[in-house]
Amino acid sequence: MATKGIVKGIVSNLVTVEVDGPVSQNEICYISVGDVKLMAEVIKVIGTNASVQVFESTRGMKVGNKAEFAGHMLEVTLGPGMLSRNYDGLQNDLDKMEGTFLKRGDYTYALNEETKWQFTPLAKPGDTVTAGDWLGEVDENNQPHKIMVPFVMENNYTVKSVVDKGEYTINDTIAVLTDTNGKEISINMIQKWPVKKAITCYQAKPRPYKLLETGVRTIDTVNPIVEGGTGFIPGPFGTGKTVLQHAISKQAEADIVIIAACGERANEVVEIFAEFPHLIDPHTGRKLMERTIIIANTSNMPVAAREASVYTAMTIAEYYRSMGLKILLMADSTSRWAQALREMSNRLEELPGPDAFPMDLSAIIANFYARAGYVELKNGASGSVTFIGTVSPAGGNLKEPVTENTKKVARCFYALEQERADRKRYPAVNPIDSYSKYLEYPEFQEYISNHISPNWIEKVNEIKTRMLRGKEIAEQINILGDDGVPVEYHITFWKSELIDFVILQQDAFDAIDAVTPLARQEFMLNRVVNICRTEFSFENFLDVMNYFRRIINIFKQMNYSEYESDQFKSFDIELDKLLKERMVK
Amino acid sequence: MTTKAFQKIYTKITQITKATCSLKATGVGYDELASIDGKLAQVVKIIGDEVTLQVFSGTEGIRTNAEVVFMGKAPSLKVGDQLAGRFFNAYGNPIDGRPAPDGKEVEIGGPSVNPVRRKQPSELIATGIAGIDLNNTLVTGQKIPFFADPDQPFNQVMALVALRAQSDKIVLGGMGMTNDDYLFFKNTFTNAGALDRIVSFINTTENPSVERVLIPDMALTAAEFFAVERNEKVLVLLTDMTNYADALSIVSNRMDQIPSKDSMPGSLYSDLAKIYEKAVQFPEGGSITIIAVTTLSGGDITHAVPDNTGYITEGQLYLRRDSDIGKVIVDPFRSLSRLKQLVTGIKTREDHPQVMNAAVRLYADAANAKTKMENGFDLTDYDNRALAFAKEYSDKLLAIDVNLNTTEMLDVTWALFSTYFSPAEVNIKQSLVDQYWKK
Repeated sequence: MATKGIVKGIVSNLVTVEVDGPVSQNEICYISVGDVKLMAEVIKVIGTNASVQVFESTRGMKVGNKAEFAGHMLEVTLGPGMLSRNYDGLQNDLDKMEGTFLKRGDYTYALNEETKWQFTPLAKPGDTVTAGDWLGEVDENNQPHKIMVPFVMENNYTVKSVVDKGEYTINDTIAVLTDTNGKEISINMIQKWPVKKAITCYQAKPRPYKLLETGVRTIDTVNPIVEGGTGFIPGPFGTGKTVLQHAISKQAEADIVIIAACGERANEVVEIFAEFPHLIDPHTGRKLMERTIIIANTSNMPVAAREASVYTAMTIAEYYRSMGLKILLMADSTSRWAQALREMSNRLEELPGPDAFPMDLSAIIANFYARAGYVELKNGASGSVTFIGTVSPAGGNLKEPVTENTKKVARCFYALEQERADRKRYPAVNPIDSYSKYLEYPEFQEYISNHISPNWIEKVNEIKTRMLRGKEIAEQINILGDDGVPVEYHITFWKSELIDFVILQQDAFDAIDAVTPLARQEFMLNRVVNICRTEFSFENFLDVMNYFRRIINIFKQMNYSEYESDQFKSFDIELDKLLKERMVK
Repeated sequence: MTTKAFQKIYTKITQITKATCSLKATGVGYDELASIDGKLAQVVKIIGDEVTLQVFSGTEGIRTNAEVVFMGKAPSLKVGDQLAGRFFNAYGNPIDGRPAPDGKEVEIGGPSVNPVRRKQPSELIATGIAGIDLNNTLVTGQKIPFFADPDQPFNQVMALVALRAQSDKIVLGGMGMTNDDYLFFKNTFTNAGALDRIVSFINTTENPSVERVLIPDMALTAAEFFAVERNEKVLVLLTDMTNYADALSIVSNRMDQIPSKDSMPGSLYSDLAKIYEKAVQFPEGGSITIIAVTTLSGGDITHAVPDNTGYITEGQLYLRRDSDIGKVIVDPFRSLSRLKQLVTGIKTREDHPQVMNAAVRLYADAANAKTKMENGFDLTDYDNRALAFAKEYSDKLLAIDVNLNTTEMLDVTWALFSTYFSPAEVNIKQSLVDQYWKK
């Protein structure tokens, strides 16, 4: 019999429930308030008193209200039909909810029970299978959605039967398996999984090495991220975190993009709702919305569900990864998630760690990032979950617990800088502080030299060095004055400005400049590096400035022109002419 | 809701602190209102049969045998068309000497809008101030604060914006407002003949500070009525949100909560977000736009209040006194409207986004030149031109006394470009230069 309980105390959304039977940590319970049942999660147990965090407002709750325990942890429902859906942090389908305003205790089913899916069997009777093995597939928005042996079935089973090719709903039995005792188990297209547990039905998790193209030059060219990689974007408000994140989610070369809007502005999610159904995936030519899942726990939605939202998103990502797909998961912002933990820890009267965050914050962040990765499945296929989180550091100060703990685990660091944003140099990713550890991976270097060119990484490192040198000279000029340094210094400085304006800066609102395919990035990098390596001669620093301004202007016009169009080529020719003016033969 | 006749009266308070009272009571709902000898209080904690109440006006003079009555409801407001033109206190009671308006009683701090039922904001709010319309265009359904030092004329600018914006209703929420500022708003709106479309909830510095925590929810509950039930465009003015946050910190301090940054409660982000996120564009045409004020101490935006606000709101506006022209301007560097790209170049002329960015970039060059000049270095010809440009740009466009439409603003900017620069220096897409460059 299910455990029941009675409410004994209420402080905001932390409720103490006296229970009449066994409960487990993180178990879900439902508390009846009036005629609605509010979902809650056990976060502490002392004797027969369980402390639960309620995922909704506790307004009107009274001592003596009844609670029922569900016997399982917070879990998501996995099956075909999740793509293009908009969920809240607990995987309720937002579109199925009635009314303009969210109602307490309104829980909607994540999948559609009526839709018929075109099923194709992949396993045959007699096969030995285990958790995560593919039994068949259905077509979900042009993605091969694999119907797998449920992840909880970790033993070996024998396939007794698989249904024929045809149309089935998610509740129809599509296969029957027998366990070692001969017991028969019917499998349909639905399975459930607790969000806080990683799905590990894979053979191996090697180091990631394949470039994940995003079309953003300051990422792909300068600090690339890989399939199955991890990265984070910290930045003060107003430095373009959201624009950058949206650009990545629109353009990245992934099969599926999951966006966890975690404690951020509702209008930003609305922007995705409004734009993605119309935008085209540059890689497949289909609607962006077809490959996107949105998990929206905006800042005015219940705080406790905020923590759950990132786990919900990660679990769905891992589910699709087990089908051999490339998933990109974006979470904006992980700081809000950490703050939700802080609010709860505070109500539990735990001893606080730095900045009043819970002491185990670093372990929580590390565990979460570790769930991303590139995996080889048991059947030889591979899949990946690439995770990029944003961090909203308090006061723009990167020496705060969430940024510091994330830096320990994420392999790419895209530091957004106030000063660059103030000067409208977007994306405001600081070229000197930011890094991608993948540039140092021998696996990645080999992959790049095969796929782009053997001297690519050398050029990338060269522009980074030039940016640093340019910054040093700018500081010297600030102290000594334009006349206080040799003309060569000005040339070096303006070469770094050239890199900045042409490669690093990118107009996210211009249809052409917003997305730069890799071939075009290669062309531009080569063109810019060649100019940087060219010797020029000038009389004085004013000539340097005026000359490089002209070069930059032509490059800007090129960035706004269709690649290899006549217009683009004419700018290219104009550039050659201009270069001859000052080139040292 | 229990009927009045059977209300139970408690007369034994067991604990009194500066802001809270505790007593033994049963059948009490969380968030419920109570009256303690007539003083309003709200349930903030229930442990077994011990109920803790937060007393809004402070616990001065409360007796241990005071009469406590639970009202069976959370703080609420009677909403209806009669709200228009009226002034209320933090509890929603009239302070203009007229009888309480009738209407439907709704609990304040109600549920959030389902994000999939929102519409993307797309309607421009014209203010005539180029520092806003040109560089930081506002959109209905947006939430944006002024970040200002206490001595800056933010209330004047806000009143100006409110009157020029084409809104159906204006809801003013005043928190810790001085009586002088309250009268300023009242007179400005009265003189403009706009009083009949204004609803005000006022907590002045003379009222107890904890009462302030009710003001934003009261104001937004009224705003929601007009936006949802009447499909009206509502502009909500909240001044000053720093006072609201200070009131929150007093409450949390008295409840023995562990403070986080700057002595603010750890839930500050969520508390502020709940208010600002009420800004919304409904598909049926109604909208709530929030313009707030966050006062800074010495311009410090890293303080927890402006910092958390910046992460929630869709941009921020800074005012600054420009000593070169002796006028208050909207600072183009740090001001930002995040929703501007939904209307610039779409609802305004196509060259708007590029012209705006180019002008700010050139203004930044002028700032660099100024630093050079102050450090005693020689200026180049370009530096001098940038400085001259900046001065005229500041005077003709950034100053808050400007009143132009956006097309005029763009024409003025192009004229300035061609006076001081060559097309290559301005760095704008060639097709736009071909069309708009003043020869």
